[in-house]
Amino acid sequence: MTPENIFEDKVAKEIKIEPRDWMPEKYRQTLIRQISQHAHSEIVGMLPEGNWITRAPSLRRKVILLAKVQDEAGHGLYLYSAAETLGISRDEMYDQLHTGKAKYSSIFNYPTLSWADIGAIGWLVDGAAIMNQVPLCRSSFGPYARAMVRICKEESFHQRQGFEILLTLCRGTEAQRKMAQDAINRWWWPSIMMFGPKDDESPNTIQSMRWKIKRFSNDELRQKFVDVCAEQIKTLGLSIPDKNLKWNEATQHYDFGAIDWNEFWQVVQGNGPCNKERLLARKKAWEEGAWVREAANAYVEKRKARENIQAA
Amino acid sequence: MSDSEKAGTTQANGAWPLWEIFIRSRQGLDHKHVGSLHAADAQMAIENARDVYTRRMEGISIWVVESKYIHASNPTEAGALYDPADDKAYRHPTFYQLPEELKHM
Repeated sequence: MTPENIFEDKVAKEIKIEPRDWMPEKYRQTLIRQISQHAHSEIVGMLPEGNWITRAPSLRRKVILLAKVQDEAGHGLYLYSAAETLGISRDEMYDQLHTGKAKYSSIFNYPTLSWADIGAIGWLVDGAAIMNQVPLCRSSFGPYARAMVRICKEESFHQRQGFEILLTLCRGTEAQRKMAQDAINRWWWPSIMMFGPKDDESPNTIQSMRWKIKRFSNDELRQKFVDVCAEQIKTLGLSIPDKNLKWNEATQHYDFGAIDWNEFWQVVQGNGPCNKERLLARKKAWEEGAWVREAANAYVEKRKARENIQAA
Repeated sequence: MSDSEKAGTTQANGAWPLWEIFIRSRQGLDHKHVGSLHAADAQMAIENARDVYTRRMEGISIWVVESKYIHASNPTEAGALYDPADDKAYRHPTFYQLPEELKHM
């Protein structure tokens, strides 16, 4: 058997591909792109929520939000380390993010204007992320699948804490209910755009599904998400900002209105409300952290020298 | 442990070296590979591993090994490497057909 046959055979038999196994160059490149973009999304995703750590309404909410943001950092690190097994260095990935060559999830280019946004992000954004990520636990590339298992275990609390924030607001004053509804109005459409372009406009989907990197198409996952949210919103007693959202007895799914793809592509191309701010914040953190990285190296050198003297 | 293992080997561009992380989840179990991370030295690798891989009590002991010290078998030679064990079914208890009355053997 040729290496290519062995690879195809493993994928067909649901045997995971590991970093040192032969793989088609395109498979490697697709994974590097997908995993690094996923890692970047986790890291940039800390910014909109970090905005509210100092202003969380109670100590309880503050420690929860801190733990959640710390998880996002951890998720970024699991994923960067999975991508590195494919032969790209951490610095190359950072460089691709900072120069705009690599993308991250567009959702993080929207601002967090009120405390209710933290609830809406947990419920909708983390909810959509979970919907996407659960099938990735069965991805054909071993290190990616293993990272996703760990991430999915941890994401569950993120979504629940978000829903709890919204529920608390909905049981509060009229102003709090309005704040929750306003957050859902702003986050709903960007959240369902998180699943990516429609299937017929998603050039990478077919190959990725053949290689079992992806298990479901963008539209399949989006429909599942809409179905789940259309039910969960009832518990909140609020509404989803889509007048075309209604149960379809024939399909056994919810129908929903047209997505503004123009807005989606505008944000992808860098023209969302916060694209510049997010990228600047990342670059600033990297550049202003340079002295810390250098100091750690200097400390190591110094200690090595001291140990050498003692040993002599 | 040699100096270089303790200190890590900074890459030419100043990037911190890569470390493989192994966690013992409970007393009595083996350390298991969980992933990797970057750190300037072994101490920092252990501290970072604590934050990255044990935020929910996943471990009670951490090993860190700089990645460049891991030597691995070559997957393309797996056939030849494991061939000697391939045809020795008699090494397994199920190979032996014994009478039913022997209940616990």
